[in-house]
Amino acid sequence: MSINDLFGKDLKVVNTGLSSFAENLKHSGVETVNVDWKPSVNVRPDYLNLIEDNSDKIAAANKKTTDIILKGMPVLVGLDIAINVIPGMKKNMILHSGPPITWDRMCGPTRGAIMGALIYEGMAKNIEEAEKIASSGKIEFAPCHEHSSVGPMAGIISPSMPVFIIKNEAFGNYAYCTLNEGLGKVLRYGAFGEDVITRLKWMEQVLYPTLKRAVEKLGRIDLKNMIAQALHMGDEVHNRNRAGTSLFFRAIAPAIMRTTDNLEDAAKVLEFINGNDHFFLNLSMPASKAVLDPARNIKYSSVVVVMARNGTDFGVQLSGTGDTWFTGAALVPDALYFPGYTKADANPDIGDSAITETGGLGGFAIAAAPAIVQFVGGSAKDAISYTMQMYEITVAENNMYQIPYLNFRGTPTGIDVIKVIDKSLTPFIDTGVAHKNPGVGQVGAGVLSAPIEPFVKAFEGFAETLK
Amino acid sequence: MSIIKGKILSGEYLDSITLLVVTEEMNKTKGVIESSVVMGSRENKAILQNSGLMLPEFKDTTDNDLLVCIKAETEEVSTDILDNIQTIFKKFRNSDENTEDYSPKSFDGAIKLMPEANLSLISIAGKYATREAMKALKSGLHVMIFSDNVSIEDELKLKQYGASKGLLVMGPDCGTAIINGAPLAFANVVNRDNIGIVAASGTGLQEISCIISNEGAGISQAIGTGGRDVKKEIGGIMFLQALQALNEDKETEVIVLVSKPPHEDVLKKIAFEIKKIKKPVVAIFIGASAEVIKASGAIPASTLEETALIAAALSKGKKIEDIKPELEKAEVAIKTLASNLLKNKKNMQKYLRGLFSGGTLCDETQLILKEHIGYVYSNTPLNKDFKLMDAWKSKENSVVDMGDDEFTVGRPHPMIDFSLRNKKIVEEASDPEVAVILLDVVLGYGSNLNPASELVPAITKAKEISPEITIICSITGTESDPQNRADVNRRLENAGAIVMQTNASASKLAAYIIK
Repeated sequence: MSINDLFGKDLKVVNTGLSSFAENLKHSGVETVNVDWKPSVNVRPDYLNLIEDNSDKIAAANKKTTDIILKGMPVLVGLDIAINVIPGMKKNMILHSGPPITWDRMCGPTRGAIMGALIYEGMAKNIEEAEKIASSGKIEFAPCHEHSSVGPMAGIISPSMPVFIIKNEAFGNYAYCTLNEGLGKVLRYGAFGEDVITRLKWMEQVLYPTLKRAVEKLGRIDLKNMIAQALHMGDEVHNRNRAGTSLFFRAIAPAIMRTTDNLEDAAKVLEFINGNDHFFLNLSMPASKAVLDPARNIKYSSVVVVMARNGTDFGVQLSGTGDTWFTGAALVPDALYFPGYTKADANPDIGDSAITETGGLGGFAIAAAPAIVQFVGGSAKDAISYTMQMYEITVAENNMYQIPYLNFRGTPTGIDVIKVIDKSLTPFIDTGVAHKNPGVGQVGAGVLSAPIEPFVKAFEGFAETLK
Repeated sequence: MSIIKGKILSGEYLDSITLLVVTEEMNKTKGVIESSVVMGSRENKAILQNSGLMLPEFKDTTDNDLLVCIKAETEEVSTDILDNIQTIFKKFRNSDENTEDYSPKSFDGAIKLMPEANLSLISIAGKYATREAMKALKSGLHVMIFSDNVSIEDELKLKQYGASKGLLVMGPDCGTAIINGAPLAFANVVNRDNIGIVAASGTGLQEISCIISNEGAGISQAIGTGGRDVKKEIGGIMFLQALQALNEDKETEVIVLVSKPPHEDVLKKIAFEIKKIKKPVVAIFIGASAEVIKASGAIPASTLEETALIAAALSKGKKIEDIKPELEKAEVAIKTLASNLLKNKKNMQKYLRGLFSGGTLCDETQLILKEHIGYVYSNTPLNKDFKLMDAWKSKENSVVDMGDDEFTVGRPHPMIDFSLRNKKIVEEASDPEVAVILLDVVLGYGSNLNPASELVPAITKAKEISPEITIICSITGTESDPQNRADVNRRLENAGAIVMQTNASASKLAAYIIK
């Protein structure tokens, strides 16, 4: 646009800096957008130059990456026992959430959940024994993410736990996740009491076979469609899964009734699902994982394919940097606490559930979930602002997942680490909060902005691949 | 000592998160040890039991009952909260859900919101400004950089790139512009008409555009370039681009150029350009001789006021000669006023002190004074022999640019923050040798919204200290400015100041008094 073309037009101004200039322009009737600007994260200038020099290649790779993510078609195709289906799973292996970590660095909830899992597996009689075995080196610990799996909170998957099998029909890959136990004192929040183990056993012996038969009967349940509907019904499928759980219930209930051999068991299973608003979380998570996995290993792609926390470290993986984890300390979330608990009781952020944000859901879609705006400051305006901010660090807008309030605009999808650094704006994540000590369980729920450190490291690691 | 009290609200419902928020709110109340607000489900009652807040009366409640339970230091604390519980609920139910415009966090966020944006106004710290400006240029936006402290290398890079794309790069250090009638940064609300301005001088542009507007003429476009544009290193890239654009602009019939004297190479280029232009071009290169300007092919003017009056006359189809009698008449009036004011001066009162917020106005005043009383001392002197050793200490006849860096480090510009200048006004009035204090008052967007209220106390104080002192104020502004020129004028006069309509006439009045 030449200078003389500008003279003929209405002036439309982007104001960066003194907001009074924007106010003055608005006052004189000039359409103005005021940028709430802050400086970029400080990174090495040679890295910035490398990225600038390769900007076309990066843009093309990022487009390719997000095209794969958007094409993903996650479908629930069955259930099985972990050892039977999870790739690389071993009898003495326990999977956990987040990046790799050794026993000595694990947080309270993860330790608690591992000890509980050892009792559940019959490998230990009590907590003392479980602790001894866990620290003995005989048990192999590995991140869920390195075994095509995801787990909420502590994210513990032990060999005989039942898991959902999700297939990405567009690319043929699979993802796995355990079944959700409910809220409060549960294994994934680090509780390991007798009631916890009893519930897990019931889930293995009653819930699992009942659901397995029902899903077999149905053949497939389209999760992409179900998530899209849930977003229209007020879920963001991370901290609110009420609509998703209801939709799943509607889909599965007739099949359960048709395939059960014990009506009381069927009723208990349906009651269990009905009574747990977060049942769907363990489907929205592996659905996101199944969609993101085919987008891994694309050269020049700066798109984030994993964000995961183990309660000690926050880990990030990029499409263009292979299997490398970039980590930094996990933060304690701002949360609303259950009666009797405060931030001092809280463990740092934990769980693989940030895979939903990585896939354009959860905190990225919070504008779709007005019922939980109390988590983000109490007003719908705050929730919308968070989603709007996430558009600024993502490459694409989702084709299926939409925000009704924003005129059905697609959710922000495909986090670009370059944008995160450039705008000094980290992903916004919904989360539950575990007590920092093993054995206690959930103490609250809330939100947090991801720490910058793992993104800085990921940015540097990515820039190195451009040399 | 503590007491637990509770209440059952049947049929009341709040979602679980609102309940947590309400609980947090109650816990903040003085005297409350612990509290809980929950729906009366079995699970919740178990939680109450565990936390020691379960009351016997809660035993038979159901999911449809809301339970409030408070453990407090005294019964009064609990009773007070329980009696007002509905008010607390209401606070969270009717929370303000007014969805104001989203403020994006970055340039590309802004572009997503307003894809048809065509100008980026940048006023962040200089070290970040280049990068933001380049983003805007690459997206095809014109740019105005208000920020200073941008390196001259970066300025050159931005302007070369902008010129190659046919885009305006106003600044760095461009304080004002009026594009398509929109006042950008520090700009006045002026009439829209047929005079186009190119300025490498911020307050120069403001003064000229205001006088033009006050004369009943108007501005088509006023393009700032930043002061360094006409230096050798930048070579006038944007000054020339803007000049060409105004030449091609159908709305513009008269062109005004204002700047400090450009580098000779740049002046040659400007002259070359002017020769191609059929529209009248009026120019003031503050400090350059009329011959230099004439050689460039432009109509020379000696003051900002004269520049504006010539342009206004030409824009209405009048001849330059037509305004001569008017100027001469004004000159006589100033002389008369000066001799009246001289009558009540004490013998020892012989010096002038100028305290300026506008840099170009300070320069113009020095030029006018030079004609009448010779060089004066300044922190930004015309002649380096007259450099004030200490900008804070005036000497004989002095004019100080208080917008210069040494006064603005760590504080707002004197057009916004009057406190430093007010202090100086009182200080100068306390000097028995001072006869005249000369002030500029710059109105418009960006400037202090209530300059009269800022200045009147200082002027009153100065008059108390030295009743014979003359305080002359010039006003740069229009009736349409947010501050309202007439109102400012009246209040300054009521305080005892002599208000002149232009900086040139104020400077001349000062000069005649001191002479």
